[in-house]
Amino acid sequence: MQITVSVNGSEHTHDVEPRLLLVDFIRTRAALTGTHIGCDTTSCGACTVLLDGTPVKSCTVLAVQADGRAVMTVEGLDSHAGGPAIKAAFKEHHGLQCGFCTPAMMLVAAALLEEHPDPSDDDVRWAISGNICRCTGYMNIVTAIRAAAAVPAAS
Amino acid sequence: MFPARFDYVAARTVEEAIAAKATGDETRFLAGGQSLIPMMKTRLAVPAKLVDINRIPDLDGLERVDGHLRVGALVRHAQIVQSDLAFGAIASAAPWISDPLVRNLGTMCGSVAHCDPEGDWNSVLLATGADVVARGPNGERVISITEFVVDLFTNALADDEMVTEVRIPMPSGRAGGSYQKLERKVGDYATVAVAAHLELDADGAISKAGVALTAVAPVNRKVNAAEEVLVGSQPGDAVFAEAAEVAAHAAEPRDDVRGTSDWKRNVVRVFTRRALAAAAAQAQGS
Repeated sequence: MQITVSVNGSEHTHDVEPRLLLVDFIRTRAALTGTHIGCDTTSCGACTVLLDGTPVKSCTVLAVQADGRAVMTVEGLDSHAGGPAIKAAFKEHHGLQCGFCTPAMMLVAAALLEEHPDPSDDDVRWAISGNICRCTGYMNIVTAIRAAAAVPAAS
Repeated sequence: MFPARFDYVAARTVEEAIAAKATGDETRFLAGGQSLIPMMKTRLAVPAKLVDINRIPDLDGLERVDGHLRVGALVRHAQIVQSDLAFGAIASAAPWISDPLVRNLGTMCGSVAHCDPEGDWNSVLLATGADVVARGPNGERVISITEFVVDLFTNALADDEMVTEVRIPMPSGRAGGSYQKLERKVGDYATVAVAAHLELDADGAISKAGVALTAVAPVNRKVNAAEEVLVGSQPGDAVFAEAAEVAAHAAEPRDDVRGTSDWKRNVVRVFTRRALAAAAAQAQGS
């Protein structure tokens, strides 16, 4: 069936099978490979995207469910109010090692900071608890997200 | 991984969804999809058709109606975590459902219909005495949760019925509840979990009790014998220990990667005691 999904503000119209997963739509049809496939079993969160602003695992959503809706991937993070500060903070505080979980971590951070502009360590840990960092670099991820929160959001 | 081929229908009304469901074998409703889609990817579920209910308006109501908490078919777990209306064991369990990302999509009604004995909500509903509301071509019927949960992955719905809401009675007097869950990591299924619900009469004695167990039997198990021990007694360590002993005996845990059956039975004993103590403390403070 034909669907149109807004990905980072651009509309992508494709004829897809209902069984196509949103993550595969993003990677193969929209050709944006920043959204990663980790476990592919709803466990690791590496495929996290924002669907109408809410973080979800795109390996567990059908592309047809996103028809007419807006997806934000890591490639669109600069257009998010908190995006540039989050990217800078991850770089500054070494919030990534291999980088595989990083796009997801930054998107979860963006959604968190929108709701909680000044989160505690516990708030951050709670928010990222569905996202696994196989390098176990959680300390610096938490530090980076809290540092990003301290930067006034671009308006 | 991707699911086997299926037909897809995005229903716009409940009537349309029921009609679409009735027209084929192996048709499943798609709500949050957080259990169904993983099962389809591993081919544990191979439906010929999916009827997506996510675009049906007015199914996402979470409200207090006639002494009940009414949870619509599209209320996500995250909505319950954030709601001021959630109380007792409901409020206690909500943050323990899977992980934040799954909670953003998964629904209580979907989880209830799924009848996975490792799922959390059915224990909470058994403890609080909830009802499931189903709609079919001939109208609505209200099914007690004790009748709704039939067996492993088996509910009491007819092929052409859809869960439209869950109704949880909101106690008018002093009441409390708790959900105690042991999990290896966030997002894993429960190793063991216990839901408890207590209501107190004017003298402070237990007038109503609910105890139900997760992940230690082929279905979420309501422990009627433990409830009978509690009702009529003043809340206290001795009666909680007695009820916990009964709950431990009612559990049928199995040895698996999460632990041995003997150890899980002991966790049931300890967690039942803790859940009852927490429920009583909340009821006494209410």
